[in-house]
Amino acid sequence: MTGVPLIEVEDLRIDLDDGSRRVAAAEGISFRIDRGETFGLVGESGCGKSITALALIGLLRQPLSIGGGVIRFDGQEIQHLSAARQRDLRGNRIAMIFQEPMTALNPVSPVGRQIAEMFVLHKGKSWREANQLAVEALASVRVPAPERRVNDYPHQLSGGMRQRVMIAIALACGPDLLIADEPTTALDVTVQAEIIELMRNLCAERGTAILMISHDLGLVANVCRRVAVMYAGRIVEERGSADIFRAPSHPYTQGLVASLPRLGSRAALGRSRLKEIAGVVPAITSFPDGCRFNPRCTQATDICRTVAPTADFLEAGGLVRCHHHA
Amino acid sequence: MHEPKDKSSEGRGDEDLILSVEDLAVHFPLGGGLFGRGQRLLRAVDGVDLKLKRGECLGLVGESGSGKSTVALSILGLQTPTRGRIVLDGQVVTGRPSGDRKSLARIVQIVFQDPYASLNPRQTVRRTLEDPLRVHGVTARGEIEDRVATMLRHVGLRPEQADRYPHEFSGGQRQRIGIARALILNPKIVICDEPVSALDVSIRAQIINLLLELKDTLGLSYIMISHDLGVVEHMSDRVAVMYLGRIVENGDWREIFERPAHPYTQALIAAIPDPLHHAPLATTGGDLPNPLNPPNGCAFSPRCRYAEDVCRHEPGPVLETRPDGHAVRCWRSEEIAGRANLTSAEGALP
Repeated sequence: MTGVPLIEVEDLRIDLDDGSRRVAAAEGISFRIDRGETFGLVGESGCGKSITALALIGLLRQPLSIGGGVIRFDGQEIQHLSAARQRDLRGNRIAMIFQEPMTALNPVSPVGRQIAEMFVLHKGKSWREANQLAVEALASVRVPAPERRVNDYPHQLSGGMRQRVMIAIALACGPDLLIADEPTTALDVTVQAEIIELMRNLCAERGTAILMISHDLGLVANVCRRVAVMYAGRIVEERGSADIFRAPSHPYTQGLVASLPRLGSRAALGRSRLKEIAGVVPAITSFPDGCRFNPRCTQATDICRTVAPTADFLEAGGLVRCHHHA
Repeated sequence: MHEPKDKSSEGRGDEDLILSVEDLAVHFPLGGGLFGRGQRLLRAVDGVDLKLKRGECLGLVGESGSGKSTVALSILGLQTPTRGRIVLDGQVVTGRPSGDRKSLARIVQIVFQDPYASLNPRQTVRRTLEDPLRVHGVTARGEIEDRVATMLRHVGLRPEQADRYPHEFSGGQRQRIGIARALILNPKIVICDEPVSALDVSIRAQIINLLLELKDTLGLSYIMISHDLGVVEHMSDRVAVMYLGRIVENGDWREIFERPAHPYTQALIAAIPDPLHHAPLATTGGDLPNPLNPPNGCAFSPRCRYAEDVCRHEPGPVLETRPDGHAVRCWRSEEIAGRANLTSAEGALP
């Protein structure tokens, strides 16, 4: 915890403008990631995790916009940078990989060219040099026969290979931060393991920090050192990843951990009814007052329905936003 | 959990069996010019045997492209097999005219993965549930209404919600409607094809609990297709593992998850991230091979850490059933049995 954190987000708010009014799709978002650290952002669809990532990389577009707060990258505020300065940062120092590599890659351009482009745009290399670097980049993500594969179009590659290409593009310029938004959700479990290990090893070698976004708490807890759980636009708990599974503090996290059938639990404990979290995930336009989890929470009392809980720092490290936390 | 296994049973005359799939193969001819020259054969399913007992749940796992869904479509009568036989509730259903799909629908139904895509957005829930009844000759107004209301209650919805459209429901509720649609004709078998993977994580437990409840109260048998091994372990009585169109392992759920015998099953289980440990995931290497050009010998041999020369030569291994009913397609399964959990766990990351 010494020195300037690589990225520091303070009280970030992201507004959604639906034409008639502005609602906060995410608010009070604060976290920091140190150099080389792995940090996970977990939540269900609509909780605000992906738009938080887009805000970091300067890709929020109408109807979404930053409504307040500060994003510091390497000590410098970046939330109001000009488009040109943001472009410079993006790809060069902050890179991102997405869930579906087929839609993130350009279908009419050979993958080698898409990698080489990074070296031309951000590093001022000639195309000739850049093409050679692209072959090396493909080799570094363990694509077999890279000198031939650079000429392939995305549709000629399997899903796992495409995601390797995405990683090669993202890491081409040696960024300080890699944002991975559901990087393996579209992949089979054995391919997921390959991609995660590749990403983890390359980033560890190069000292690249990872911000991993996923709905899969188990995967994130395995990959990242620290995990923040988001619910309905707010971070409800942030912990060391082992702690969050062993002793979750927030009733929502507790519910998530208890509701998922985990491999081995039936053999150990027999088949019991899974613990359900009652109710549904609220829509952005109708977040409840007070604690946003209160309508689904078994421990909710009057204060939960009126007052939004503030962050309580836990003795064991981490923080939780709950009036009655464990 | 130990069912006496009759090795000689061939599916016929076994009262316990609600479904028996025998040597099922589905081949798709691809490409080829005039007179079929240069045509290649994609063996999506190639000699699959499955048995489903009354009241049980059979988990079917394997990576995309392994043929799980093609097996499901064949059982539903939506895909004509190239070879093999399917016996549903004592009747041989393969080789019948396609019009017989209607009688099949009363025995076997499916719950789809995506409850947003699988419901007609322009039909009320009532219409979605009534149509199958009408098609199958239930015409009395009162009976239709009763059955729709009863079914909605079964799946945890209120009868007065019947006149709403799918967009008025949440994802979890829509999947409840999808389940009601599958059950309205009182089928005996329900194929659940990734029934929770499109749902929000906090909703999944509701649907899993509901499916298990309905199985008991309505006496259903399930085929559970999922890539989430946690869900498969929780729901299944038996588990079949498919790889490149073939079953590579088939056994009691506890056997499969505690003593996986095929290296592919071991790899699948080892690839699941352990949330409590910061340990590297066990990797297998390589992608699923091209089904148009499958490897020689054992289809898993190019990715298998235990592969030896014998594994790379024809003929490939056969599915061998042990006395306890656990079947494995691997030349070396005896030697490598029980090595499943050695892979990860060691060497925590910094």
